[in-house]
Amino acid sequence: MLHAVGLFAVLYGTWIVLSGHFTPFLLIAGAICAALTVAITLRMEIFDHQRARLVPLWRLPFYLLWLAWQIILWSLIVSRKVLAPTIDIDPVLERIPSGQRSDIAKVIYANSITLTPGTVSTDVSNGEIEVHALTRAAMEDLKTDDMNRRVSALESKQTDKPGEAQ
Amino acid sequence: MILDILSWISIAIGAYFVLVGGIGLIRMPDLFSRMHPAGILDTAGAGFLLLGFILQADDWLVAAKLALIFVFLLFTSPVATHALAHAALLDGLKPWTKSRKKDGES
Amino acid sequence: MFLAAAAAIIAAMLLALARAYAGPTVYDRILAVNHIGTQTVLLIAAMGFITGRPDFLDISLLYALINFIATIAVLRYVKRDRAKAEPDS
Repeated sequence: MLHAVGLFAVLYGTWIVLSGHFTPFLLIAGAICAALTVAITLRMEIFDHQRARLVPLWRLPFYLLWLAWQIILWSLIVSRKVLAPTIDIDPVLERIPSGQRSDIAKVIYANSITLTPGTVSTDVSNGEIEVHALTRAAMEDLKTDDMNRRVSALESKQTDKPGEAQ
Repeated sequence: MILDILSWISIAIGAYFVLVGGIGLIRMPDLFSRMHPAGILDTAGAGFLLLGFILQADDWLVAAKLALIFVFLLFTSPVATHALAHAALLDGLKPWTKSRKKDGES
Repeated sequence: MFLAAAAAIIAAMLLALARAYAGPTVYDRILAVNHIGTQTVLLIAAMGFITGRPDFLDISLLYALINFIATIAVLRYVKRDRAKAEPDS
């Protein structure tokens, strides 16, 4: 039920931001459209029930702030590599473990790896992520498991069945 | 006034990262290393440019739309990059490494 | 200020275009085109500010989504094409 309310809020907020008109007709039409979409989604039973595991939602902004700082830091490092007179890179392709249980946390982890310049996730399988790194330093930084632990902290603590990948 | 200066600085940083992304796309030796400068553009470049635009916006709707553009970019660009890298690896492209420098581009 | 940003974006687009022309593999070209698409999104937003018409932002928003779908679609097409060319793999 909470999911349905959340989905309705997101849809209606998007409608309001994108329309930019505040006449009663458009506001009511938006509410009807959002409610209809939620109803169809409930009927099709395509709700992502794994999302329930991302319980401490208030931690997400802190993680995003940390991720933004990380992105700026690595952008500067990679831009220095790009502008150097001779290209001094040492790419490596390795698999690193990922400790997340749910699919959505795995997706957040893989996307965070790709978003951080210097590392790109190329394959996600059960408990492992294949990563291509521009330099060995980037790979070593990832192997300190700092990001892994932070993403795992986003998950709820109760352990039921582990999420099946794919 | 302060806002103007801040948005100037932000747009300048964004333009710098965008240019670095373009230069990196030309200079890097192979596909996989080219993805990293492209990632700079998608995150830092777009982020700073849009932040500068948001500081210049006089309407909250404009600011909200700019923020929404950034959120969409943040969702879609890593997925596209991941799909590209995955497809290239499945296709049998070998990543360039330091030891194979003599072979040139494959 | 926005003109300077637009100039930087166009310069980077030209660099990406050169990569799309020279790219040794098809994936290089897809990467370059995806790159150009992201820059187009930023350029349209800057154009909206230059001409003083915030309506451009809607187009920019739409382009951000279409760019992603286009990349995935071309990628699927290329993959299927390769599979057909080499039936034994």
